[in-house]
Amino acid sequence: MIYREAGQFRTTYAADQRIFPIVQDRAGMALLLAVAFVGVPLVASEYALSGLLIPMLVLALAALGLNILTGYAGQFSLGTAAFMSVGAFAAYNLQLRLPGIPLLVIFVLAGLIAAAVGMVFGLPSLRIKGFYLAVATLAAQFFVDWLFTKVGWFSNYSSSGVITAQPMAIAGIPLETPVRRYLLVLSIVSLLALVAKNLARTRTGRSWMAVRDMDVAAEVIGIPILRTKLLAFGLSSFYCGVAGALWAFAYLGTVEPQAFDLQRSFQILFMVIIGGLGTVMGSFLGAAFIMLFPLFLNWAFHAVVRGGEVRAGLLSQLELVCFGALIIVFLIVEPHGFARLWQIGKEKLRLWPFPH
Amino acid sequence: MAFFIEVLVGGLLAGVMYSLIALGFVLIFKASGVFNFAQGAMVLTAATTYAGLVDRGWSGWAAFLAALAVMIVFALLTERLVLRPLVNQPQISLFMATIGLTFVLEGASQAVWGSVVRGLDLGIPDTPLEVSGVLVSKFDLVASGTAGALVVILASFFQWTRTGRALRAVADDHQAALSVGIPLERIWALVWAAAGAVALVTGLLWGSRLGVQFALTQVALKALPVIILGGFTSIAGAIVGGLMVGASEKVAEVYLGPIIGGGIENWFPYVLALLFLLVRPDGLFGEKRIERV
Repeated sequence: MIYREAGQFRTTYAADQRIFPIVQDRAGMALLLAVAFVGVPLVASEYALSGLLIPMLVLALAALGLNILTGYAGQFSLGTAAFMSVGAFAAYNLQLRLPGIPLLVIFVLAGLIAAAVGMVFGLPSLRIKGFYLAVATLAAQFFVDWLFTKVGWFSNYSSSGVITAQPMAIAGIPLETPVRRYLLVLSIVSLLALVAKNLARTRTGRSWMAVRDMDVAAEVIGIPILRTKLLAFGLSSFYCGVAGALWAFAYLGTVEPQAFDLQRSFQILFMVIIGGLGTVMGSFLGAAFIMLFPLFLNWAFHAVVRGGEVRAGLLSQLELVCFGALIIVFLIVEPHGFARLWQIGKEKLRLWPFPH
Repeated sequence: MAFFIEVLVGGLLAGVMYSLIALGFVLIFKASGVFNFAQGAMVLTAATTYAGLVDRGWSGWAAFLAALAVMIVFALLTERLVLRPLVNQPQISLFMATIGLTFVLEGASQAVWGSVVRGLDLGIPDTPLEVSGVLVSKFDLVASGTAGALVVILASFFQWTRTGRALRAVADDHQAALSVGIPLERIWALVWAAAGAVALVTGLLWGSRLGVQFALTQVALKALPVIILGGFTSIAGAIVGGLMVGASEKVAEVYLGPIIGGGIENWFPYVLALLFLLVRPDGLFGEKRIERV
């Protein structure tokens, strides 16, 4: 009854091409943004902001990057964390060696450097596909980790490659409180999500999908494979690079190369799969789920065994078992992820409360 | 020169150990098209079960059989609870499911047996042996002998038995195999059980080298460049790839390492495999893909 598009006519091309053609969707989005930008900073505690929401948004951005590559362009990658790492170290070094550049420019440059690295490691995708490519991207993962640990220049010769991000400021306003950092991250993530949402509908996005569905066929109809695949790698790494820079600057402050290890890549891959391949919203839902579920498990287990004597470490191991089992169950029950559930929900809502 | 040969031989023998893990990957990929990331966790589970039982005073053989039984039960459960419901899903979903399986195995084996590091003594001395002027570890020789025997057994099983032929048929085309009456589920369970057995042997050999501990799961990462070098579908490729990775990694570490800062063992095989793939996109012995529109 509420969610119905009857009577909403599109009379101009501009109206036809809107991202959210249904007025209820637009209202919902506006509400969501209003809550995120105004409501949350007023209500949320410092812990919720800096311990939960900021990392969730940053990881959602990285998941968005991987989703561009895997969900839209169909190229497997297990090197996501490596590109985040490149972004973080690039931002640190730019800030350190070229003082005076505005913060946002630094983030963009860090993203571009990550994009360049991503394109180099994306080159093999022209020849190899599927799991061969996935394993090949692991080369990026291990090489980058080694490079930042071994070559002292990148971390300004600190011990074991730890970098401490410089304090952030935009136009002289320091961004130190959690609320300000949250707003910075939220603005960047929203902007890049908008870009991604639009990209998927452009010629580039369409050719990514053609390559994903069958690259030989795409080549036959005249899509330049080289450019399309490398662009996907580049853009994906740009997103991951910015996410990495934000991870270092807005979330942790102090980062070592091992913060971006293979587990991180898997974590982001989980977000993409559980959220839904090839959807922007899925990246956010997946990130929220993967961040919150371990916390919930932790809380649930501690609630169950409260007072009882338990061997140290046993709980975290049981949590691991539950987490793994849940991933499998989720893949079996809804292989297309949360985005698909959301779609089903919308279909249902459209008929509600008169199903006939 | 003698030093070079010694490094080379040491690398080759270490490579055999990589081949063992790669073998488990290849078995499962060949028969079910699943890229089984859980192989490393299976190695850990098998080894901790064995070492845990030996710690409780079981004899070696009894513990071996019990660990084998655990791996077979695991294979049956995996087939029933994970693979069967996920039939016809995209490969990446199956891959993610095996990562989930990895978490389950890692958590469960540590929850049951604790996370202490256990020594494992198979009664094979790790003493150097001189063969025509080159020092070779006796343990490495036994390990490579075991690996060689496993490969011969598996290869002849694939080649000459009825079940082996059914396995190859399934690997070739699931649908066609089903339509001529090959029981897909049983084949999968069998392959996972075989991979479990390989994991047990691998776990014992690696475990007595490194100690039975969580780090055993990391050796699986060593096997990935091996299988992309050799090709996902070739048992021979796993062996040749392992030898190449082992040898080149050691030689590079000794000769190239000091120049660029050491510790390159982690990524060198991957870069090597990557360069290799640029020339041969399906690995050395992998099946050629023929793509039609």
